[in-house]
Parts: sequence; C-alpha cells; structure tokens
Amino acid sequence: MITTTQILIAGATLLLLTLGVGLVRAMVGPSLQDRMLSVQLLGTGGVALLLLLSSLLAIPALIDVSLVLAMLAAVAAAALTRREIDDD
Amino acid sequence: MAVQLWQVLDLLLAGLTLGLGWAAVSSPDLRRSVVFFIAFGLLLAVVWARLQAPDLALAEAAIGAGLSGALLLSALRDEPDITMVGDVRVGPVAALISLASLTLAAVFAWVTVHTLGAADPTRLADQITAQLPDSGVGNPVTAVLLNFRAYDTLLELAVLLAAVLGILALGPARAPYRAAGPLLDGLIRWLVPLLILTAGYLLWVGAHAPGGAFQAGAMLAAAAVMLRLGGHAGAGLPQAPTQRILLTAGIAAFVAVGGATVATGHAFLQYPEGWSGGLILLIETAATLAIATTLALAYIGGRPPGWGSEGSADTATKIGGRD
Amino acid sequence: MTELIGILFVAIGIAFFVAGSIGLLRLPDLHSRLHALTKADNLGLGLLCAGLALIDGGVLNAVKLFLIWVLVLAASAAAAHLIAQQALRQAGK
Repeated sequence: MITTTQILIAGATLLLLTLGVGLVRAMVGPSLQDRMLSVQLLGTGGVALLLLLSSLLAIPALIDVSLVLAMLAAVAAAALTRREIDDD
Repeated sequence: MAVQLWQVLDLLLAGLTLGLGWAAVSSPDLRRSVVFFIAFGLLLAVVWARLQAPDLALAEAAIGAGLSGALLLSALRDEPDITMVGDVRVGPVAALISLASLTLAAVFAWVTVHTLGAADPTRLADQITAQLPDSGVGNPVTAVLLNFRAYDTLLELAVLLAAVLGILALGPARAPYRAAGPLLDGLIRWLVPLLILTAGYLLWVGAHAPGGAFQAGAMLAAAAVMLRLGGHAGAGLPQAPTQRILLTAGIAAFVAVGGATVATGHAFLQYPEGWSGGLILLIETAATLAIATTLALAYIGGRPPGWGSEGSADTATKIGGRD
Repeated sequence: MTELIGILFVAIGIAFFVAGSIGLLRLPDLHSRLHALTKADNLGLGLLCAGLALIDGGVLNAVKLFLIWVLVLAASAAAAHLIAQQALRQAGK
C-alpha cells in the first residue's frame, strides 16, 4: 500500500534530481547569463521543494521560508543583472 | 520504505550542496563564483528546511543567499571582467592548510559518529523545552536568543555596530546607480513594500513561530538593497541623524531594559514575571531596526549622502539633486 | 478522493519541472532556455501548489499557496526579463 507520504517523498527526490540536472547547464553554459539561470532554477525549484517539505515534515513555517526564498531570489536576480553602465 | 526514500533525498541534497559549493570556490571568474555562491545559499536554505530548522532556513535565504550575494556583487561592481590570477600553484602554506582542514574534518566525523551512537544523552533541547513556558515566548529559538542567552545577543549587536562603524570610516559611498528603467522600477514598486510587510510579519510572528529580529532585519535590508539597485542613493534610509539613532537602537533597548531590571531589584536582563513577552518584543523591534540599518549601510559600503564631510563638492551636488 | 486528485496534480507539476530542465539542457540558446525554465517551472509550481492545497486541505492554506505561486510568477517573470536584457546588452557590446 503506497501512502501519500511515500509518493510525496519520491516526488521531492525526483524534483531535486531535476534541479541537479538543470544545474549542470548552469555550470557548463557558456555565458554568464546561462549561469544566472541557476539562481532562477533554484528560486522556483527551491520554493517547490520547500512547499513539499512543509507538507511532508508538517512544518507550516516552511511556507514562510518559501515566501522569503522567492523574494530574495528576485533580489539576487536584480543584483546580478544591474551594472554601472546601465540604460535600464 | 519511507526511511529509504528520505535517505535517497538526503544523499542527493548533500551531493548537490557539495557540488555547488565546489563550483563556487573553484571557478576562475569571480562573477561566476558569486552566482554559484547565491545558488548555494538558496540550496542551503532547503537543506536547513530538511533538517527541520525553519529559523535557520529563513536566515539563510535572507542573509546567506540574497544579501551576501548582493554584497559580493557590489564589491565586484567596478571590475568589468575580473579573473583569478591565472596560475594557482599549490604552495607549501596551501598544502599545510589543506592538511589541517582534512584533519579537522576527520576529527569532526569521528566525534559525530561517536556522539550519535551515545546512549541516553542529556539534550539541551529538552531543558529548553522544559523552561519554555516561563520564558514569555512560544518559539524556543527566540526564547534562547532573547531570554536565556540574551547577553550573547547583546554582544552580537555590539559586534554589528563595531562592523558598521568600520565601514562608515571607509569614506563616502560610491556614486549610486542610474535610475532604473521601467522593468526594474516596476519590480521594485511591488517587491519593496512586500519585503517591508514580510519583515513586520516575521518580527511579530517570531514570538511563537519561526521568525524574529535577525530575519526581519535582513528582509528590511533586502528592501534597502533593492532601492539602492534602483538608483536611490540613500537606499531608502532616513536622514543621517535618524540613522545614527537606529544603529544604536538595539543595544540601547537592551541596556535600557537591563538598567530597568537592575533598578527594580532583579539581575541585569532578568525579566520580571509576566513582563517577558512584552520586553522581548520591545527589544526585538529595536534590534530589527538596528540590524536593518547596519546591513543597509554595509551594502552601501560607505557614508551615504547626508553624513557630512562628503568629499568633493561635485559629489555633494550630484547626490543632492536626486531622490 | 481529493487526495488522489491532489497527488495527480503534484505528479503532473513535477513532470513539468522535469520538462523544464530537459529544455534547459537541450535548447540551443540562452533565450530559449529562459523560456523553458521560466514557463515550465512556474506552471509546474502552480500545479504543485494546487495539488498540495488539495492534499493538506484548509481554505487558508490554499489561499497562502496560491498567493505564493502568484508571487513566484511575478518575480520570475521580472527576473527572466532582466537576465534576457543583460544578455542582449552583453551581445551588443
């Protein structure tokens, strides 16, 4: 009898594997912007993982953590793409 | 069955974390390293969540990923394409340090293995849980930080103040970014209020759920970083005299409360019965503002306009005209 | 029954994440990779949130998850644009 919990854990593991595979591109990718994709990937993927963990570990506070993670990933992306000689 | 699944997840998580860390440290381009460092911080927040430490996950996501990354990037700001010195040879000093690190890691591993297997350990967490109802808050992390080990937090705030004094002594801050275009401006318009709201929420909820002064202060600092990236020279901070008050607010609140407790016959920072919750909230609010101002000034990297003794006159007029 | 539908949503959501990462690996250009990453991942996250809302139940929980999804949508859309703009600027130099 496969329980919901087992399916969710398996799903979280698959998700983490997917993130790992995506990170390979981030490490290989020729330009700097390809590597910035790792921040995007972990931002969205991290939120997904945290929400799954929040349900699995029964820690509602992890939903707050996912909120903070999403916002700070946006701040990181803004900081990465901002240069002195900017037009926008 | 579930246990094995968890083990696979944990193994994968550990491997990814190590891999990202290695990528951050070993890449020749510094900007690339910072990108991986930010990604590493985001993944580390997930690791803390897996280890059932939401307070640490909050702090890691806010400070470790966002703020540290932004800080490192602002240090790299004026360098177009900085690379490490091409030929990194492993000299004798580096080899010695590596050997010492490996020995330390082996000792840690041995200690961990032996303590994990120890029978019936006296766990500090149990003692804290037993004392929690008397502490005035429901969150054990907040109880430890603001009640049981309040001296440590007081001294941490003093360390932060010393650090920001050092940064302010470096001189005036660099010229701000140009005004943001419509895209970044649009992002700032909704993200900054949301960050401020979340900071208030984390401060309030820290009494009975994961949150607290450090996390809330880091969120406010992230809002200041966003404003600075958008071209506001002062990063949304108030005028310099108010900044001075805010920087010392945390320590001032601690000392004021401590003085009051001594004056009423208790020990220094021994909260009276029934007053703990309110006093902790008071100190945490002051600490949040202090931490936020400190981190914002650290990101600005010098004295923002308005602190006086600016430097060259044209810097003053250029900054005086905006924001 | 709702739990079964919830699990289905979660599974499809994770499948979208997998699709996004495959696109990330296989697509030839930064801009197309951005498409794959942002669109597929956000859709996957939305389905995941819907699934978890069904599994865990509770209106407040569901509203929270929905709002987090909207936040991630807005944030990743802005971030993707910023990254793409910077790539164009780099290419233009």
